[in-house]
Amino acid sequence: MRFVDEYRDADKARALSARIAELCEPGRSYKFMEVCGGHTHTIYKHGLEDYLPESITLVHGPGCPVCVIPMGRVDDAIHIAGQPDVLMTSFGDMMRVPGGRGSFFDSTAQGADIRMVYSPLDALKIARREPDRQVVFMAIGFETTAPSTAMTVLRAAAEGVTNFSIFCNHVTIIPAIKAILDSPDLRLDGFIGPGHVSTVIGCRPYEFIAREYGKPLVVAGFEPLDILQSIYLLLRQLAEGRSEVENQYSRVVPWEGNPKALRVISEVMELRPYFEWRGLGFISHSALRVRPKYAAHDAEQIFEIPGGRVADPKACQCGEVLKGVLKPWECKVFGTACTPETPIGTCMVSSEGACAAYYNFGRFSRKRVREATR
Amino acid sequence: MTGTREDREEQVLERIDRVRARRARVKEEHITMAHGSGGKATQTLIEAVFLDAFRNPALEPLEDSAVVEVGTERLALTTDSYVVSPIFFPGGDIGDLAVNGTVNDLSVSGARPLYLSAGFVLEEGFPVADLRRVTASMARAAATAGVGVVTGDTKVVQRGKADGCYVTTAGVGLLDRPARLGVAHARPGDTVIVSGPIGEHGVTIMLARGELDIEADLISDTAPLNGLVATLLDACPGGVRCMRDATRGGVATILNEIARASGVAVVVDEDAVPVRPAVRGACELLGIDPLYVACEGRMVVVVDGPSAGAALDALRGHPLGGEAEIVGRVRDDPPGLVLLRTTFGGTRIVDMLVGDPLPRIC
Repeated sequence: MRFVDEYRDADKARALSARIAELCEPGRSYKFMEVCGGHTHTIYKHGLEDYLPESITLVHGPGCPVCVIPMGRVDDAIHIAGQPDVLMTSFGDMMRVPGGRGSFFDSTAQGADIRMVYSPLDALKIARREPDRQVVFMAIGFETTAPSTAMTVLRAAAEGVTNFSIFCNHVTIIPAIKAILDSPDLRLDGFIGPGHVSTVIGCRPYEFIAREYGKPLVVAGFEPLDILQSIYLLLRQLAEGRSEVENQYSRVVPWEGNPKALRVISEVMELRPYFEWRGLGFISHSALRVRPKYAAHDAEQIFEIPGGRVADPKACQCGEVLKGVLKPWECKVFGTACTPETPIGTCMVSSEGACAAYYNFGRFSRKRVREATR
Repeated sequence: MTGTREDREEQVLERIDRVRARRARVKEEHITMAHGSGGKATQTLIEAVFLDAFRNPALEPLEDSAVVEVGTERLALTTDSYVVSPIFFPGGDIGDLAVNGTVNDLSVSGARPLYLSAGFVLEEGFPVADLRRVTASMARAAATAGVGVVTGDTKVVQRGKADGCYVTTAGVGLLDRPARLGVAHARPGDTVIVSGPIGEHGVTIMLARGELDIEADLISDTAPLNGLVATLLDACPGGVRCMRDATRGGVATILNEIARASGVAVVVDEDAVPVRPAVRGACELLGIDPLYVACEGRMVVVVDGPSAGAALDALRGHPLGGEAEIVGRVRDDPPGLVLLRTTFGGTRIVDMLVGDPLPRIC
């Protein structure tokens, strides 16, 4: 298949793998964080770690939209969904995220009307079809999905669809990366930068990472060869004593991002003073809310939101996993109390979550798997 | 926990295996859509609720059909309900699906399907013309498979209490061959074959719902497999260990059932698995692995090593098996796991399906 197969070529992977091994200094170990959950998924799904020398460790970062939603916000959404004449809509992978009082799936089993959609525009379509009900879209994601949410609000406003609103949980990636860089418990050698987010924000916002923290960052695509090449580029920077922002994903990511998408976001949304991130705690200016101008489409203005803070279950170590301090299997409840069927933490819910990716694809000694597949 | 990082990881993995091997328990208070997905939640529900209530030697193997002895004859008995939405889709409808599904459950147990029953739950307001269309297609499918629909039942419920038309079929077949088949019969050295391109039914249904704005030239693979099975069993009597039709949960779920029940590892080559470009493309767009997508006319076959060539030739010689491929082999270690050598050249495990990527596909 074009645009897919050429980025999964095993011969090219072997060649890159050899060049990566050559660049690794003997006796030195390397820790690179892939910020984006999409990368985590690719790494496990294709067995990419088989191509890396043991001295390279990939640390899975916080860039999974579902994983960073705090339990309190899930409860708030379920509260909204329980109001009379409300029809909640959500992306599929949000459906199983547990709040303090169960997940969307649990609520639908008890009578709430929560429907899966593939895009906020689908939610708007439902709103047009069901004018007697308030249709709420559970908006989640980084700058990748924020433009489509914002566009949908603009369209609803333009068309005068008064029964459509969003429950805005959009977050921004840069403050999260900064929080990780400032975290004392982690030492990283570089970042595999998020690809999809960068199509919107471009590469410039990462420059402080290279300049102020001295860490290289390579914006990477989502096919396994993209990631392997980005690791090669990171190692080359380190070998040459450089720390820069490089764009491996230039076939999609323009250096300046997408100004039109950014304009749409800022027309509809503004920064919140602070927002709670699952596992990372409160981070200032790290999330978006609907501007007062569009209050008619803001679920937080239309409904009374309990806004309670729910502490993560004690046993859950999602925070450490999201910061890359712990490998998924090092969490106390991983795979025993917390599994994809009955997740305790969000990292186990989304297919992009580090724990789910490891559980579904990597839950076995790599040595024995390699042995068996030889 | 002590030792190197790798040792500690091994210890964690062993602990997880022990937890997975424990008796299944339904933790939810209510039925959720995941219980119907055909994956892990369905299996838990079956083991913890149904098996618990009905436990008996014929049920316990949890095969596609139960095998019972009546006098000197061995009979295969099975039942299946169909709630697919939409009822009519490219390549078939709920009627032929209901006949083929039950015929296939009997066939893969090695039985010759004989008679079917059909139960209908109809929603008030359902067009009689549509019901005629469904029954006509059932009659055609039954004739093709050489079975008779010999008894039935009709119930009507109020508008809103069902979605148009649900069909339940049950079937009985005669086990008149010596072959003893079962998911627990796979042995190291065996070969794994799939009878044709996978995932076509599931993707067709998903696209037929019209919610995705993706168009593809695809039709459901629904078909009766009894002819194909007979051809295979004639070609290698004694060489076939087990067969399963890869419905909900797809090929991945079947392979996991085989690995678990037989206590073996199944190693699959991603490159060897036949997937049509349209299915692959849709799956790429939707982030779904074709290995988990349902088929309604494909089966997974495990044969002993020496029979692999003959089995493949036999399948390919039949119109429904023309694109059969050897996709993997059975090994002793690590027991209970399905491993995939990816196209990219890496390795990973293939787990049971969790959640519900495709609601109501059959």
